[in-house]
Amino acid sequence: MPINRFSLFVAFGIALAGCGKSETASNPAPNSGELVVRIGAAAPLTGPQAHIGKDNENGTRMAIDDANARGVTIGGKKVHFELLSEDDQTDPKTATIVAQKLVDAKVNGVIGHLNSGTTIPASAIYFKNGIPQISPSATAVRYTAQGYKTAFRVMANDAQQGKALGEFAAKVLGAKKIAVIDDRTAYGQGLADEFVKSAEANGAKVIVREYTTDKAVDFTAVLTSIKGKQPDLLFFGGMDPQGVPMIKQLRALGIKTQFMMGDGGYTPKLIELAGDAAEGVYASLPGVPLDNMSSGRDFSRRYEERFHQPIQLYAPYCYDAVNVMIAAMQKAGSAEPEKYLPEIGKTEIDGVTAKIAFDEKGDIKGGAVTVYEVHQGKWHVVQTMGGAPAAKP
Amino acid sequence: MRLHRSSSGRFAFAAVLLVLPFVIDALLGHGWVRIADFALLYIMLALGLNIVVGYAGLLDLGYIAFFAVGAYTYALLGSPQFGLHWPMWVVLPLGALIACGFGVLLGAPTLKLRGDYLAIVTLGFGEIIRIFLNNLNTPVNITNGPQGISAIDPLQIGSFSFGSSYEWLGFRVDDVHLHYYLFLAFTLLVIFVSRRLEDSRIGRAWVAIREDEVAASAMGINTRNIKLLAFAMGATFGGISGGLFAGFQGFVSPESFSLMESVMVLCMVVLGGMGNVGGVVLGGILLVVLPELFRNAAGPVQQALIGRVVLDPESLRMLMFGMALILVMLWRPAGLWPSTQRRREFAAEDSVLQQEQETVYDARK
Amino acid sequence: MEILLQQIINGLVQGSVYALVALGYTMVYGILGLINFAHGEVVMIGAMIAMTVLQALLTAALTPVLAVLLSLLAAMAVCMALGYSIERIAYRPLRNAPRLAPLITAIGVSIVLQNLAMMIWGREYHAFPLPFNSTSHQLGGAIVNDVQIAIVIIALLIMSTLMWLVHRTRMGRAMRAVSENPAAAALMGVDINRVISVTFMLGSALAAVAGFMVSANYGIVHYYMGFMLGLKAFTAAVLGGIGNLRGAMLGGVLLGLIESLGAGYIGDITGGFLGSNYQDVFAFFVLIAVLILRPSGLLGEKLAERA
Repeated sequence: MPINRFSLFVAFGIALAGCGKSETASNPAPNSGELVVRIGAAAPLTGPQAHIGKDNENGTRMAIDDANARGVTIGGKKVHFELLSEDDQTDPKTATIVAQKLVDAKVNGVIGHLNSGTTIPASAIYFKNGIPQISPSATAVRYTAQGYKTAFRVMANDAQQGKALGEFAAKVLGAKKIAVIDDRTAYGQGLADEFVKSAEANGAKVIVREYTTDKAVDFTAVLTSIKGKQPDLLFFGGMDPQGVPMIKQLRALGIKTQFMMGDGGYTPKLIELAGDAAEGVYASLPGVPLDNMSSGRDFSRRYEERFHQPIQLYAPYCYDAVNVMIAAMQKAGSAEPEKYLPEIGKTEIDGVTAKIAFDEKGDIKGGAVTVYEVHQGKWHVVQTMGGAPAAKP
Repeated sequence: MRLHRSSSGRFAFAAVLLVLPFVIDALLGHGWVRIADFALLYIMLALGLNIVVGYAGLLDLGYIAFFAVGAYTYALLGSPQFGLHWPMWVVLPLGALIACGFGVLLGAPTLKLRGDYLAIVTLGFGEIIRIFLNNLNTPVNITNGPQGISAIDPLQIGSFSFGSSYEWLGFRVDDVHLHYYLFLAFTLLVIFVSRRLEDSRIGRAWVAIREDEVAASAMGINTRNIKLLAFAMGATFGGISGGLFAGFQGFVSPESFSLMESVMVLCMVVLGGMGNVGGVVLGGILLVVLPELFRNAAGPVQQALIGRVVLDPESLRMLMFGMALILVMLWRPAGLWPSTQRRREFAAEDSVLQQEQETVYDARK
Repeated sequence: MEILLQQIINGLVQGSVYALVALGYTMVYGILGLINFAHGEVVMIGAMIAMTVLQALLTAALTPVLAVLLSLLAAMAVCMALGYSIERIAYRPLRNAPRLAPLITAIGVSIVLQNLAMMIWGREYHAFPLPFNSTSHQLGGAIVNDVQIAIVIIALLIMSTLMWLVHRTRMGRAMRAVSENPAAAALMGVDINRVISVTFMLGSALAAVAGFMVSANYGIVHYYMGFMLGLKAFTAAVLGGIGNLRGAMLGGVLLGLIESLGAGYIGDITGGFLGSNYQDVFAFFVLIAVLILRPSGLLGEKLAERA
């Protein structure tokens, strides 16, 4: 019966081919004559970080809808932008599959991924196929240090942010004895290491280094052993799901030390969930304060109107990433990856998070980092560290 | 695979396997060829675990650790991490050997444990390996910790690299295709070894232990060595597969080796049909392909049924995957394609069946 | 000294949390010999329901005590129904199947529950609106709060109630009979299906209590919270000897203590070579050591060679 089986295979193949065709046919250009430009987006939409991943997708979507609404022309042709969003499940393997699929779908550029662990393996595929990639949130130094000319990011990397935070802790807050906890993820450990370097360079001493995981909720053991060492400041390299119970347990154990996080802590959720314990917590966010720029205020207002929730974390960076990509396309007069790729590095825009410009590696130039503090249930700007002031000509 | 006994059948099947990546590519694109590559890697993993769980009946929940050992061996010896760039034909066997060593290391102290106690110890073992990989960046940087190891050498033989694209006779062959053939060759090798083992003295000894350890030992089987051999063989396959994974991805980090991965590989073995090579292969293909299929289907299906996308396709995708696991197991409790022996046990022997029905859940074997 | 005392308290509280969840695992295992891998997700659903109902009742201006009790009851009711359905749909049809088949359906149920919860309650973290201020008490230099004390007491209380139930009531006798020999129990007039259903519902009600206490303690609820908790509790149950109620309690508390003392002192013991990042390694090493010396856990009965 081998012949029958074989013909079954062929029939299956034809059926699949039918599916494939109908899929492409259902995505016609809205108006003939309009150029369709596809922007890929990749972030975890399921799993423990899904809420941040969805936030990224929302930010990207808003930028694309705005561009369509205002009507962008590239090389004299009217352009319609399309979003192709994929779920990478925070899994490096799935990330490469998703990257390959986006390449197959002939995206003109990719905004993503969320984590360094997915961004790095995926970047090899985008590089191989010449697709420009702008990550809104991957912070590992390694990402742009691989020599891939397709890799960019609009987020300060761990070294840039850790440096600013360490300086702030040692110089501005005057902390002498510092305790550090990290969550053993690429993000948390990377940021904590850079923080330690910078804090020690600025005269502080890291007296104890403790660890947890990105799935833990009970930190009383490590906090208790930190309590015995009486540090001036505790820095946590990790995200808000761990940050919230950590702050609460810190205060519940009667430890009065200052508490500081990186961008993973600067969320509305942190205040909402930690309540009174959040008072006095420091967290940072790359770029200049959103509220200082009219475009930033406008963005956060429109975001809340549209998605009925406050910005979680990186949506504004996604928004900027899309816009810098579009600006480069306009500058090159083409949405073809090989044509506009060389322009990305030379493009500068006034984004909602900061002035966006890239250095020769694809990292954001200047890398201003703003430190915030919780005061009476709200995030307040304390100081912007480093970086060129934004919105200056 | 018992499917194709006639030589013409074999020939047709081989032809299908050979042209498959190009058919997939033409119809669905490179992404699906990459999925096929991963399916082959997971088939190797599942076949390795099948030796431990399917043949010898030892429940192992930390199997992904051997995959991790293989992957990190390749990554450490073929990347800028230590500046070593050993060739593939040295590193792959070495990775397999080290994984095999870890298999014995795990097997030796756990020989006395049974059933669920063994399950939790193997689970712990898998986590221990992952935690060490995640933390061995201080005081001496060995694994680069959570950052993982990037810029790993591609799989290559001499100057021929599986990570590059080639033009032959005007025919473009990409890295995903080349890896397909490499992985296919290894998978066929693993299938061959599995089938040979199954019919060997050792294979029968494993089955004897699975069915009744006391009786097996009474029949003169050295249960200790035979069990250790099962762990070692299973781990070896995992190690090879891990090395291939590292070379294919060019990047390894500890998050690829989480507990969930062990569970997925176990699902492949059980869902496909424990102890049957064909079934395990089927399970591997299904569990890699299904979630990807749902990824593409969840949105359009809603569109067709209710006219718009009401439910978020991403959460729906995993929901459907979970339901598929339940439904398949309810429909075919012995797996989709159980071994003939198990099928016999299930269908014919009324008296045995009767007996088994009396022990609820039959769990304390 | 204060630090050591605080670490012991931390371990006791954390351990009681594990014990609460572990009791549910062990109940089901004791009767059926089945690892109910979906138990952690039932705990999560319990927490979610409790949070939603509590929120609603508090906005409806009910007195805090009543609101807490009602939300706990609601969570228990929903979880009991859930536990019953899980057993009927995913486990009962597979009673005569190979022993790994229900393990796969359990994993399937886990995935389904997790994603259902994600669709209903969203992807983000929620605050658990506990209407009391949990006061802190000084205890020889160490600090402990009301919720933590309540967790330890409730865990002990539930364990003793379960012991009473299993050893002193008719239902308990039926459970032990089914556990011992289902066929013989059936011949003696025990309705096996009913006993098993009741066991599942009991276990799930416990899961609801555990979910409530855990979220009250940590203050946050998330659809992914059940996974890690379930895993740790399962480890605790095995450590104590799975199927044994006292074992679950002992295993839970022991695991909690090992973790907190491990995290607190591992650096000092190894001279700074290993830090708190090896906390779980330490816990698993202890587990493996215990199981090698006592292959059926601390209080587990020696398993027969064949059932």
